[in-house]
Amino acid sequence: MADTHKLEIFRGLIKFKSNTQKIWGVLIFLSIVTAIEVVLGIYKPEVLNGHFIGMKMLNWIFILLTIVKAYYITWDFMHMRDETASLRRMVVWTSVFLICYLIFILLQEGGYVGNVFTNSYLKHDF
Amino acid sequence: MDTTVVNTGTEGKTWGGGNKPLKASYGKMMMWFFILSDALTFSGFLASYGFSRFKFSEIWPIADDVFTHVPFIHGDYPMIFVAFMTFILIMSSVTMVLAVDAGHKMDKSKTTIYMFLTIIGGLIFLSSQAYEWTTFIKGEYGAVETHGGNIIHFVDTDGNRVALKDFAIAQPTDRAQHERKNGIWYSDEKKLTSFTFNEVLAGFKANDDILVKTTYTDNATGHKTVLSRAESLTELETKGKNVVEGANLVHNEYGPPLFANYFFFITGFHGFHVSIGVLLNIIIFFNVILGTYEKRNSYEMVEKVGLYWHFVDLVWVFVFTFFYLV
Repeated sequence: MADTHKLEIFRGLIKFKSNTQKIWGVLIFLSIVTAIEVVLGIYKPEVLNGHFIGMKMLNWIFILLTIVKAYYITWDFMHMRDETASLRRMVVWTSVFLICYLIFILLQEGGYVGNVFTNSYLKHDF
Repeated sequence: MDTTVVNTGTEGKTWGGGNKPLKASYGKMMMWFFILSDALTFSGFLASYGFSRFKFSEIWPIADDVFTHVPFIHGDYPMIFVAFMTFILIMSSVTMVLAVDAGHKMDKSKTTIYMFLTIIGGLIFLSSQAYEWTTFIKGEYGAVETHGGNIIHFVDTDGNRVALKDFAIAQPTDRAQHERKNGIWYSDEKKLTSFTFNEVLAGFKANDDILVKTTYTDNATGHKTVLSRAESLTELETKGKNVVEGANLVHNEYGPPLFANYFFFITGFHGFHVSIGVLLNIIIFFNVILGTYEKRNSYEMVEKVGLYWHFVDLVWVFVFTFFYLV
């Protein structure tokens, strides 16, 4: 990989002249995303309080922005962009599949246990 | 005979990858696989945190009410300090990737400087976390725990939190001290809270402008429900059991015990990773100074430890979201 870095991000929308420049560019992008998260976290706009597939709109936005951040850290800081496709798939797909599986099972079960707490004959507020 | 044997041209070629399968050296590839397995460990932690969030969705504390402290400044500033910590970690990720880049160009002095800055960033992050833990363990306002294990907070009529020490009234109490000679010989008395429940109750009755804030979230506003004065009084008298100050693994003044447990385990495990990262960075830093990689003609070790360091940053991005934002 040594001297060949792929220098464009956003599918070629922005192309940097050198690797160093790309690092600073990605830093600016990550800082903007973090700033958006912090501002939303402090003000929590009323508009985004609506529920969508079991969670607040705001929380979906946070999770989406986090995944965007994770993508750019992995692809540009860890140079995943420059690795061969097979190495990239081995690492990324394995984790994406297993983590989705784990999250689905645990959240499903957590929601069920929560329902038992609120709706069945179980007293916990005394 | 020769005609029956199918010759595929692969004899003696059981391993076709050579020294660098997938164009990545052994060390780098194994670092990637280690990161993969470590990512699964962290997602196990975070997913079980999600489980408890869904289980206790009504009574889970709101992060903005808990993490409000900024060093050297009094008052409520939710998010500011964690945002600072996130920024520090991202910055140190940047200096790390700059060090890797300088390493590729065989630039010893630049690699040294960037490695040094990375280490400093890591240390700032660790001290911030130590501060965060200290304020979390110490607590600020104190709370009352109910028989059912819920937490009750106190607010004034404007909705600002009121500390127990501001209204509790000392009461005459009579209690036998537990000593090893008159009680269980192998255990000491538990640590006492600054006030007893009766002192808090007496103070609450004497101050008409203090209300109870329950641990239940009002879905319409997204805040915890504040009761009226009459309801507050019955709530405290009938349900209150003991006083909780600060946080440990058994009680905490913020919410269900699991909240503090996850806080300690997840941020603690992450902090442990950061400490190990700082240690590895220091080792590599000295190797760079000594010229080890100059002689080896490759700065790949910087790249490997860089991968680990970025991973630590990556995990923090998720911890930040799920602990402080969602």
